[in-house]
Amino acid sequence: MKILVCVTSVPDTTTKITFTDNNTRFNKTGVQFITGPYDDYALARAVELKEKPGVTVTVLNVGTADSEPVIRKCLAIGADDAIRVDAEPTDAFFVAEQIAAIAKENNYDLILMGRESIDYNGGQVHGIVGELLGMPSISPVMQLDIDGSTAKLTREIEGGKQALEAQLPLILGCQEPIAEWKIPNMRGIMTARTKPLKVIPPAGNDTLTKVVGYELPPPRGSVKMIPAEEAETLIQLLRTEAKVI
Amino acid sequence: MSVLIFAELDEGKLKGSSKEAIYYGSKVAESLGTAATAIVIGQADDAELATAGRFGAAKVLHAADSKLTEANGMAYASVVAAAAEQEGSTVVVVAKSSLGDAMAARLAGKLRAGLAANVVDLPNLSNGFRVKRSIYTGKAFAETELTADKKILAIKKNTITPEEKEATASVEAFSPALNDSDFVLKVTNTEKATGDVLLPEADLVVSAGRGLKGPENWGIVEDLAKALGAATACSKPVSDLDWRPHHEHVGQTGIKISPNLYIAAGISGAIQHLAGVNSSKVIVVINKDPEAPFFKSADYGIVGDVFDILPRLTKAVNAL
Ligand SMILES: Cc1cc2nc3c(=O)[nH]c(=O)nc-3n(C[C@H](O)[C@H](O)[C@H](O)COP(=O)(O)OP(=O)(O)OC[C@H]3O[C@@H](n4cnc5c(N)ncnc54)[C@H](O)[C@@H]3O)c2cc1C
Ligand SMILES: Nc1ncnc2c1ncn2[C@@H]1O[C@H](COP(=O)(O)O)[C@@H](O)[C@H]1O
Repeated sequence: MKILVCVTSVPDTTTKITFTDNNTRFNKTGVQFITGPYDDYALARAVELKEKPGVTVTVLNVGTADSEPVIRKCLAIGADDAIRVDAEPTDAFFVAEQIAAIAKENNYDLILMGRESIDYNGGQVHGIVGELLGMPSISPVMQLDIDGSTAKLTREIEGGKQALEAQLPLILGCQEPIAEWKIPNMRGIMTARTKPLKVIPPAGNDTLTKVVGYELPPPRGSVKMIPAEEAETLIQLLRTEAKVI
Repeated sequence: MSVLIFAELDEGKLKGSSKEAIYYGSKVAESLGTAATAIVIGQADDAELATAGRFGAAKVLHAADSKLTEANGMAYASVVAAAAEQEGSTVVVVAKSSLGDAMAARLAGKLRAGLAANVVDLPNLSNGFRVKRSIYTGKAFAETELTADKKILAIKKNTITPEEKEATASVEAFSPALNDSDFVLKVTNTEKATGDVLLPEADLVVSAGRGLKGPENWGIVEDLAKALGAATACSKPVSDLDWRPHHEHVGQTGIKISPNLYIAAGISGAIQHLAGVNSSKVIVVINKDPEAPFFKSADYGIVGDVFDILPRLTKAVNAL
């Protein structure tokens, strides 16, 4: 079984977001980049599935050379090889076309992604790739088992969850608790250095959206503290001042 | 060439977020000099569907094929694509939701449409077609130009407040040909809380964290939620520990919500938690530690013990 895991390289979740060049560029100064947390769940499940013989895991990122530390970390966690499409991942459709082009050449049985990227939070790429490949896509997936060519999985729905069965090949957007996040060990880090990382140019350059500028939300006003003895007045304030109840 | 709105049903009723999407779509239609059409998939009666008119839809297309009763992002995308084709729609509006997201992504692939997710404002048409969308999990906004002919806008809750009017929409049956390839997933079991307010739809949310000490103490959270008519939510450790179901977990790796009121009890306010709730209109924090970081992001704060404060708040609400 061949598994493709698509990963993003995104600012660490504790990053204070700022912009430069008159609010037209994300300010990368001092920012630590990590694998998207949802992508990490996808990778962790893929590496677990590799415990069975004959399973290979390829990691794919559409991004600039800046993504390589994140890709190496995925190799250290247990992926066999990696592909980087050398391009700025500016638009979901563009990214989806890159992934679809590679998937067409390689016939993966399972394409695992995160539920959403944490920079643009689109939750779109899996569905678009599914459409481009004529393959089912399911998200967010919380549990996954493979039995021959059948996938048994659970996805979250609003207010609950749903168990599904489907035939491979499939595209899945993953979230917890599909697997525990994995941290690379020393051996993994050593072997990752020699695992193949292929860099390829993008196929085409179709983009359907373009960011023209960024903005930060206005700061919240200062907090109004209510003494614990008078906690009940909160309810009055919510009604008469904030007007939300 | 109307603006098409994908409106979702929950147990035969139009969802609140979809009413907002219809209103939003009707405003977009107004500025484009056209009308708004809603496409509704699943079982519902005509009287309910006609209420889409109150929110600005002139017409409702109703796809009621029994194969479509089960929510199915792939099949729904095919139906919406057929509706867009029939209506000549180049702009499709959906409310962010798990079904809406799945449908919108497949539709974007089918139509080669530019898709903007988490839109928080009406489009600006003065210079191309631009929308403001929330990015970095609520920490910033991106002004985004949709450059393709076809456009899909997935709007975040509380983007616009619908003003209802006295009007009914005409309801037309819509029965496009369905593709077998859209029905390959076999649902073997569905577990869904019924009767509760759905968290992503809720205007009011009462949320609690590890400060509650254990699942057996959730009664005081549920009591306040019930008194307010609110949904309940929780922090990640609480769902990791299985104190509460995963679909209640909000934050960076959970559900992102933007209710009118978010009450956080016994939650420290880690940046990953804030990411999921920072676009709430009003935030109330109750924590016994005056140094809890959450107070910095709150509108109202009470330094106190949740086991004392929550029951008193419930009483105060019930006395209103
Ligand atoms: C990549 C990543 C993603 C993450 N995603 C999420 C996410 O989506 N959602 C999320 O919530 N977290 C997320 N986290 C975890 C986050 O960093 C925090 O660990 C978590 O939010 C803490 O939960 P908590 O506030 O319930 O618990 P704690 O941090 O343990 O806080 C408990 C609070 O309760 C207070 N308290 C205790 N007893 C009482 C009492 N009797 N009365 C009043 N107050 C009391 C304490 O003062 C404390 O402030 C993520 C972390 C990472 C690294
Ligand atoms: N630049 C990228 N390279 C590889 N995979 C990506 C990229 N962008 C998004 N993905 C995958 O698509 C998922 C959903 O992303 P999004 O639609 O941007 O929220 C992510 O969790 C990744 O698995």
